[in-house]
Amino acid sequence: MNGLIALVPIPTPNMDLGQIAPLEIVFGAALISVLVEAFVRREGRRRVQLVLVFASLIAAVAALVGLAGTRTLTAQASVAVDGPALFMQGTVLLLAIVGALLIAERSIDPAGDAFAPRASALPGGREERELTAAGWSQTEVWPLFLFCVGGMLLFPASNDLLTMFVALEVLSLPLYLLAGLARRRRLLSQEASLKYFLLGAFSSAFFLFGTAMLYGFAGTFSLGGIADALSGNAGDNGLVMLGVALLAVGLLFKVAAVPFHQWTPDVYQGAPTPITAFMATCVKVAAFGALLRVMYVALGGVRWDWQPMLWIIAIITMLVGVIVAIAQTDIKRMLAYSSIAHAGFILLGVIAVSEAGIASTMFYLAAYGFATLGAFAVVSLVRDSSGEATHLSQWAGLGKRSPVVAGIFTLFLLAFAGIPLTSGFTSKFAVFSAAIAGGATPVVIVAVFASVISAFFYARIIVLMFFAEPAEEGPRVVLPSAFTALALAIGVAVTVLLGVLPQPLLNLAQQAGIFLR
Amino acid sequence: MNIGTAVFAQETVLAPANGTFSLIWLLIALPALGAAILLLGGRRTNAWGHLLGVLMPVASFVVAAFLFAAMLGQPAEERGAVQHLYDWQIVGAFKVPFSLQLDQLSMVFVLLITFVGSLIHIYAIGYMAHDPARRKFFGYLNLFVAAMLLLVLADNYLLLYVGWEGVGLASFLLIGWYQYKDSAAVAAKKAFIINRVGDFGLSLAIMFMFAVFGGVTFETVNAGIGSASEGTATWIGLLLLLAACGKSAQFPLQAWLFDAMEGPTPVSALIHAATMVTAGVYLIVRSNAIFDAAPTARLLVLIVGCISLIWGAIIGCAKDDLKKALAGSTMSQIGYMVVAAGLGPVGYVFAIFHLLTHGFFKAGLFLGAGSVMHANNDKINMRHLGALRTVMMITFVTFGICTLAIMGIPPFAGFFSKDDIIKAAFSQSPVAGVVTLIGAGITGFYMTRIFLMTFLGKARWEDDQHPHESPAVMWIPMVVLAIGATIGGVLMWPSHWLETWLEPAVPYQEHAQTLPEWLWIIITVGTALIGILWAVALYRREVPVTPPAGSLLTRAAREELYGNEINETLTMLPGQVLTRSSVFFDNRVVDGFVNGMAAVVWGVSGALRTVQNGFARSYALTMLGGAVLLVALLVLVRL
Repeated sequence: MNGLIALVPIPTPNMDLGQIAPLEIVFGAALISVLVEAFVRREGRRRVQLVLVFASLIAAVAALVGLAGTRTLTAQASVAVDGPALFMQGTVLLLAIVGALLIAERSIDPAGDAFAPRASALPGGREERELTAAGWSQTEVWPLFLFCVGGMLLFPASNDLLTMFVALEVLSLPLYLLAGLARRRRLLSQEASLKYFLLGAFSSAFFLFGTAMLYGFAGTFSLGGIADALSGNAGDNGLVMLGVALLAVGLLFKVAAVPFHQWTPDVYQGAPTPITAFMATCVKVAAFGALLRVMYVALGGVRWDWQPMLWIIAIITMLVGVIVAIAQTDIKRMLAYSSIAHAGFILLGVIAVSEAGIASTMFYLAAYGFATLGAFAVVSLVRDSSGEATHLSQWAGLGKRSPVVAGIFTLFLLAFAGIPLTSGFTSKFAVFSAAIAGGATPVVIVAVFASVISAFFYARIIVLMFFAEPAEEGPRVVLPSAFTALALAIGVAVTVLLGVLPQPLLNLAQQAGIFLR
Repeated sequence: MNIGTAVFAQETVLAPANGTFSLIWLLIALPALGAAILLLGGRRTNAWGHLLGVLMPVASFVVAAFLFAAMLGQPAEERGAVQHLYDWQIVGAFKVPFSLQLDQLSMVFVLLITFVGSLIHIYAIGYMAHDPARRKFFGYLNLFVAAMLLLVLADNYLLLYVGWEGVGLASFLLIGWYQYKDSAAVAAKKAFIINRVGDFGLSLAIMFMFAVFGGVTFETVNAGIGSASEGTATWIGLLLLLAACGKSAQFPLQAWLFDAMEGPTPVSALIHAATMVTAGVYLIVRSNAIFDAAPTARLLVLIVGCISLIWGAIIGCAKDDLKKALAGSTMSQIGYMVVAAGLGPVGYVFAIFHLLTHGFFKAGLFLGAGSVMHANNDKINMRHLGALRTVMMITFVTFGICTLAIMGIPPFAGFFSKDDIIKAAFSQSPVAGVVTLIGAGITGFYMTRIFLMTFLGKARWEDDQHPHESPAVMWIPMVVLAIGATIGGVLMWPSHWLETWLEPAVPYQEHAQTLPEWLWIIITVGTALIGILWAVALYRREVPVTPPAGSLLTRAAREELYGNEINETLTMLPGQVLTRSSVFFDNRVVDGFVNGMAAVVWGVSGALRTVQNGFARSYALTMLGGAVLLVALLVLVRL
């Protein structure tokens, strides 16, 4: 027996801890955060959690900067550390920092932060009323947030399908919970949470099924291994096609592409607004990172097969997004459909299948992320006695009452519409030109058409805010604390800067280069 | 782009600026700072604003003199310097160095601009003394000086374009200075719009250069032009000529210059006589490599110069408004410079020489005109002047010297510069030679007419007119300019100093002399004298206060040879028709289509919305359908 053990040594996992330092920092902080929930006294908990969250996110950014230029596979080749991964992770971390500022906001709602005092209390019940009256608030949102961010860091860096699936679950499960934590309109929030969970589980199953198919074909989960198997076996691959389609369902669900988008408006509307902002930006970045990696690294060899599929998905995503957005009467639902349409635009970068495609997708994600965070921050400021005033009719004449806030929102809307001198123009230009270079001119024509339609509903809100008479008893704009103010300032600054002086970030995205396999 | 940069690195002749030459940026920064303080400082700077406004160009002149002395201390080939300030990265690969280039050509311009500019600033202290917004006026003037210096110091076309637009802005602001007068406001707009046409040519030329050569620095363009086709060079040359026509009021974009006289007279002297309007000549001379490679474009330069030369001179003969007559003269004299520039290496140096002497005597003439206006209640109609010699001795003498200079009477400066152009023109093209000679005759005529009507003859003053000499702050600059107009010829005679000086930056080629020197002097001076005597014969008699009907040509010349009417018929009317029809098209066709589309989209939107029914089960069904669709798509592609 002894001899046998000696003959078959258990291989030491090849794991360079320094190369996955950002992941370690965030997951470590998440674990500590759980302990803080358990052991730190209630009065000091929030402060400790905030210090922990911001310190760990900033430390992770610093660790990421230290890794700049690294190109290697680590952790038994299950995690790739390459330019695109680092860029995506950096984007996620910076957006998460701004998102955390919104989550930390406590002075907008007179009752406290945006989250339910006790998630398990019955909505509208006696317990909830008492807790609210006592000024109770929970900090469990922070460990969930950190786990989620950790999953988002791993998702675009996963180099095999199994790690990717684990990352997908790590980022999704906390999100399902976070979506259900709203302090106001709790039933809507819980409904959103449940729907998101059910449909998310459904899509995860698709992803897993696709993974199984590809494993069946290639005999490996590794993205590079699948690519090798594909290049070695060009003929018979019915398993591959099934696998590609099912894997795509899982990923397209996360980026909210049509027809896997229907959860988006309901969840965006129901979730607490800071969580919606976080979800609409960071999840999109992480999911597009993973989509790009799977499609480019593992399935690059069969791109002639999947490109037409993504062409069609991109076209219907853009069209459905912009067309349905027109008829929306709720600002959060409108932003949800707008985010669906933007997912379609970003898909243009994916179908380019080129280095420019990667760079433009990453630029778009960063630019869109900061504008979106800012837009949702503004949404959280416009309130009436029952909470956020999200019905569009309540926004009439906002520009007359609060010109600064309406002006900031206008800037974000212009960026969404892709008007020059905002980040939206630069990013649209980048993905459009990458897609044209990649031979997808018909899709770009549809995209331009969709941009025109989208300009209509963005402009409609601007007109509503500035040229309509304010409603009687209309909502008021709450003066936020430094958290939201800082988040708004960052959003405005990035949106303008990337519109006026996009070159540094474009250069950075181009330097990120291609995926490692 | 990379290839262009590599060529640039190899062919750079100008050294990076160090030592004294690291002061180049100060030339522009000083007046720019002055403009910033005066325009942003508001009323707080009213008390001392005009003094700061004068100090800045004077300081800039002192720096220029320093740099000039430093350049003289260098061997001829090493006199130029480029000061790289930073890279102006516009977008993508389009990067332009923000660099200042001080070579021999720029140096003479810098000296002219800062010296004449300083004098005119000093003059304006007196001229604008009673204007409540004098401080703002000096702010605009400083802005102009800064922009003009940027124009001549830029080391690439794009930066030159920034200066080009800057002087255009200053010109617009200053022409419309008396904005309460409709005529001034309209004149400012007119100048701006006509200049847009020329500016459009320049911007197209720059885009062309970027597309063809991959860069817009003078070095890149000069290096690339050799290998470019003649068609390319011709296109760029023609676009640059269009730009020059707009800025320098050359045919067919001359109409704005006459209205520009609505501005205060120091503005007319500085911007619309001595410096800004010569920017077109600078542009052509600076782009000599392009015109060397494009004979057709160069021929057109020559033709434009010839037409403008005669056109302006004829208008100058008929205008009763002193400043407008001088404006005609400006157009005509710049025509001389353009002719010289159109002659190629034979003429570039003479174009610059005439530009310099013209800067002195024309500024002197305008300041004299300003002095006359100042003394006569802003009356400028020469039919109500006359006999000013008796009361304005200094103005009379300085104006007289400048008149002799512009007519080309030896030994005044204009004689040398005009003589050179006429000789060079004859050597290249007899037609151009004859035109320049006729121009010299007409110059003699209209200048004599102006001089006689203003200073001699009987006083035709109106009751409220009490002419008097201007204060010292005004006449001292006039005297200095008159001295310059007297001795300016030394630049080229007896030694050919200017030619030797400019040689490394501006190519020069000696032309064959066909006639002996003394015969030339007799011919040119004789022609001018014919014009002078003719005018004396006509205007020796009493000048009627109301203008006589005049011949057909006179009447046409009074109407600026119908330049405005031509513009209106050829460009304005078609423009209006186009606007109206496109508005009609927009209202009926475009809007109709858009509204129809909107209705369709709205309908589809409503229909799609019903799919979003809120049930997780139907969402899951949609997802399943989507998955089936994806599989189907992949299989379909396989088929």
